[in-house]
Amino acid sequence: MENPYNKSIDELKQVAAQVRRDIVRMVHAVNSGHPGGSLGCTDYFVSLYFKVMNYSTDFTIEGKGEDLFFLSNGHISPVWYSTLARAGFFDPKELATFRKLNSRLQGHPATEEGLPGIRIASGSLGQGLSVATGAAQAKKLNNDDSLVYVLMGDGELEEGQIWEAAIYAPHHKIDNLIATVDRNHQQIDGSTDEVGGLGDLHAKFEAFGWHVLETEGNNFKQLLATLDEAKAATGKGKPVMILMHTEMGFGVDFMMGSHKWHGVAPNDEQLEKALQQLAVNEAADY
Amino acid sequence: MKDFPYSESKDTRSGFGAGLAELGRNNPNVVALCADLTGSLKMDAFKKEFPERFYQVGIAEANMIGLAAGMTIGGKIPYTGTFANFSTGRVYDQIRQSVAYSGKNVKICASHAGLTLGEDGATHQILEDLGMMKMLPHMTVINPCDYNQTKAATIAIASYEGPVYLRFGRPVVPNFTPADQKFEIGKALMLNEGTDVSIFATGHLVWKAILAGHILAEKGISAEIINIHTIKPLDEAAILASVAKTGCVVSAEEHNRLGGLGDSIAQVLVKNKPLPQEYVAVNDSFGESGTPDELMEKYGLNEQSIVAAAERAISRK
Repeated sequence: MENPYNKSIDELKQVAAQVRRDIVRMVHAVNSGHPGGSLGCTDYFVSLYFKVMNYSTDFTIEGKGEDLFFLSNGHISPVWYSTLARAGFFDPKELATFRKLNSRLQGHPATEEGLPGIRIASGSLGQGLSVATGAAQAKKLNNDDSLVYVLMGDGELEEGQIWEAAIYAPHHKIDNLIATVDRNHQQIDGSTDEVGGLGDLHAKFEAFGWHVLETEGNNFKQLLATLDEAKAATGKGKPVMILMHTEMGFGVDFMMGSHKWHGVAPNDEQLEKALQQLAVNEAADY
Repeated sequence: MKDFPYSESKDTRSGFGAGLAELGRNNPNVVALCADLTGSLKMDAFKKEFPERFYQVGIAEANMIGLAAGMTIGGKIPYTGTFANFSTGRVYDQIRQSVAYSGKNVKICASHAGLTLGEDGATHQILEDLGMMKMLPHMTVINPCDYNQTKAATIAIASYEGPVYLRFGRPVVPNFTPADQKFEIGKALMLNEGTDVSIFATGHLVWKAILAGHILAEKGISAEIINIHTIKPLDEAAILASVAKTGCVVSAEEHNRLGGLGDSIAQVLVKNKPLPQEYVAVNDSFGESGTPDELMEKYGLNEQSIVAAAERAISRK
């Protein structure tokens, strides 16, 4: 199985601009949702779905023979929904239903409404690394050599369950797992240094037995090179952890560099300003 | 009052262990996870026969629930094993989001439920687990009464697609359920037909209900005794058919009176046919250290308590 798009960096940039337009429009439309982390992780999502992961848009929960992706920090659902829609899992027009009554696009990702692309609910933090590890172990039992990806927020690492999984995965040699931390240093109440004191995550995960990589998350060249390196590091007895340095709100200047846009939607004027900065073919807007 | 002959007494957790091992032989998708209590959960036989399908998770129950949910995505049928306290209260949010809301085919198998855990005391004697689990949408809740029924339930839930909470325990109790009895989820079992009072019992209280039935018979009271092994979905038809004959109810469970089987039955009665009901359950308190028998007596969960409750219920008709 291959990636259905295998896009070039220039093409990935175009998709990312479109996804960022979707994100700000989606949260503006319902005056709620989480634009900051969504914008920061857009390049990562676009890289996975349009270049890195091998999967089929003919979605099944089991995903036999496919690379699987899990989102642990479910609040950045806008970037995932937009990416899935742009990758062909469902019609981008459905993005207009985000967070509205009777929608498949719940505030946080869910399986209950049957949205293609989602394999488990997330939102209550700290659970995704365990789930992804279990899915990776099932792949091993099934002799399925595809990979499992999971994204976590850095603030989320304050949850104890993450560290239960961080002990477990190396101990059980889960080497078909590529975990990524969105290291944007921001959480709701302030910076992760002020609030949580996460410290040296590289040294911590290494001490737990992970193969640790670091990358810029808003630079396609570096990001793709690191994801390649991560793939090459699989199958060698250790799970892989990427510390991905991103800028919360990346792509919209007034949303960048502050935790204030973690969970706040732009007003009409701010939306206009944001869309001006995210130049792409407007005709492709949902 | 019928007799329920049995050749030996056994613990329900051993029924789980035997059922799990048998499942392992017949269903290659069954996997087992345990949080450092393999011996207590009687999972050793499965572990020995199927080491590649047994996962030692360590003392990390939240991770265990997440792992199990993830394994279902690869088509596995995970059975998690730890004490009832650590299977529910400790991991409620993980079960709620990753298992129940996500509709995952995880079997949460919980031993040492209730007071009969004994000397370890209230930190380990959970009396709220049935309530927590039955409140979760999509969750099936089962509390079998003896070794054979626990074994049969363990095997039966593998064929049901969806999350299940299977509750059992540590004490040795008469093993009277026929070994070949089919386990049907959600189907109450008529043990003794009667006309004066309906006793609906679950788990370890089923045998106590049988003992109470004999005492009541000596007093000239005809008790109908029904084993409610599945608390959710509840067999409402069986309950309503029984109370149509008897006109009053005793519910009996090793659980807090708030939120357990009794409340589920009361809801059925309120909606359909309001009738006197007496609870045999723990009266909204924690347990304490002691032998199982001492505790069941002190907290009013023995056959004498059921007899007294039946007489009260009848007097209220």
